[in-house]
Amino acid sequence: MDFTTETCTQLFQALAIRMAAERDALCALDGLIGDADHGIAMEQGMQAAAAAVATLPTLQDQFNAAAKAFLNAVGASSGPLYATALMRAAKTAGPRAAMPRAETPGLIIAMAEGIAHRGKAEPGQKTMIDAWYPAAEAAKSGASWPDIVAAAQAGADGTAQMQATLGRAARLGARSLGHKDPGAVSACVIIEECAKILG
Amino acid sequence: MAPTQKLINDGNRAVDEMLVGVLAAHPNHLTLAAPRAIVAKHGPRPGKVALVIGGGSGHEPTFLGFVGKGLADAVAVGNVFASPPPQPAVDAALATHGGAGVLFMYGNYAGDVMNFDMASEMLEMEGIEARTVLTTDDIASSSDRLKRRGVAGNVFIFKCAGAAADLMLPLAEVERIARNANARTYTMGVALSACSLPQTRRLNFDLPAGEMEIGMGIHGEPGIRRGPLKSANDVADEIMDAILMEMAAPAGSKVAVLMNSLGSTPLMELYILYARVAERLGQAGLTVHSALVGPYCTSMEMAGASITLMHLDDELTKMLDHPCDCAMFRVG
Repeated sequence: MDFTTETCTQLFQALAIRMAAERDALCALDGLIGDADHGIAMEQGMQAAAAAVATLPTLQDQFNAAAKAFLNAVGASSGPLYATALMRAAKTAGPRAAMPRAETPGLIIAMAEGIAHRGKAEPGQKTMIDAWYPAAEAAKSGASWPDIVAAAQAGADGTAQMQATLGRAARLGARSLGHKDPGAVSACVIIEECAKILG
Repeated sequence: MAPTQKLINDGNRAVDEMLVGVLAAHPNHLTLAAPRAIVAKHGPRPGKVALVIGGGSGHEPTFLGFVGKGLADAVAVGNVFASPPPQPAVDAALATHGGAGVLFMYGNYAGDVMNFDMASEMLEMEGIEARTVLTTDDIASSSDRLKRRGVAGNVFIFKCAGAAADLMLPLAEVERIARNANARTYTMGVALSACSLPQTRRLNFDLPAGEMEIGMGIHGEPGIRRGPLKSANDVADEIMDAILMEMAAPAGSKVAVLMNSLGSTPLMELYILYARVAERLGQAGLTVHSALVGPYCTSMEMAGASITLMHLDDELTKMLDHPCDCAMFRVG
């Protein structure tokens, strides 16, 4: 069965529900090395995105609408990063009402590229890229959805051993060690929900 | 843990409900140009560089309190502790620009930089020149000036840039003065207790009784180190040692001082700290040109204080003394 505009609406609804459930845990994680608002930003952004995608005719329209809604609801750093990611996903999905499921890992690749471009980040800097990059690499190698998720999770787990060199936590130096990056953890949540619905 | 006690209605609506109150309280100073874009009623005019400031909410009176004639022309308002998205910054600039360009000024945080850069790109497409000066006054946040955060020193830095714009100087001059103001401003603070976001009402970090965090940021970002809570004089000395060493001002120099509360630390404690600050400045042979004492750049209900020194030159002195009339700040 193809990935359709209807499935896309379900995907963003699932993301909004999941981020609401993870909100406080993400905020607590962010409080250890940042400013404790990451869960709120992700919840608000995904809620706005979910409200924006319903009843649009193509996947491209849906991802672009999600990008704009996420950005305007959130600002912060996750706003521009996920807006760029979703606009790249829109380009990959194209102006069609459905795409074959076999092509959907390409959305992960596109989103990872958008985030890296906007944030000027590289793997190893303790950011969301440490989950997105390995997931995209797995997708490029033709891995299954469960393996893409596993790659993202291993990447997010690995951030606990990293010293932040980019973003707000970079000012902590060695004090950022021992805590997972909240942006990498929420990236895993997104990739998990994608796998559930697209896989 | 029980939720923190706040006088709010709905945590998710806290910023928007605050803005309703601000506009209702200050109708002679402020008006709404677009959602989350507040502009000065008097100030913006043809031929004048538009100074647009912005950042997350929760630092009041920073940023919106510094919008008014002689200071900022407009502010883009973000969620609590979160950069505003590009749209309010664009709307604020479009509502106030006088054909002489736009200067964006905000604290140096990754999110603000991405959102305001997008706003600059959007303005460029409209044919409006926008430049940016980041504030980087928090000396505890990095040894590299360019990587530092912008904190309470914003007040002095925005003030000088706003005066330059009000004097009808061209964009390049306003930018030069803003950069000079930032380069000569130094801030460091300590936190004694956490704050909590209205959406979660949970303390955003854990600071055990009897301890303080030295160098903490205005969003509760951890600082340089934790240590036992010390006396006002010892805290003032530690901060002044760090600032004076870095500022390296020769005896006879003039400074402006901001003794800032992070939220719940009262004026009594600020003035106890200030007494020691004044004593140390006297010992160093520095003259206080002007002093501000109070909550100017807060972190909601966080307890703690920061000290800012601006090392004045003749031009910055003139800019600091230039009249301004904002909803929450006046000079002259």
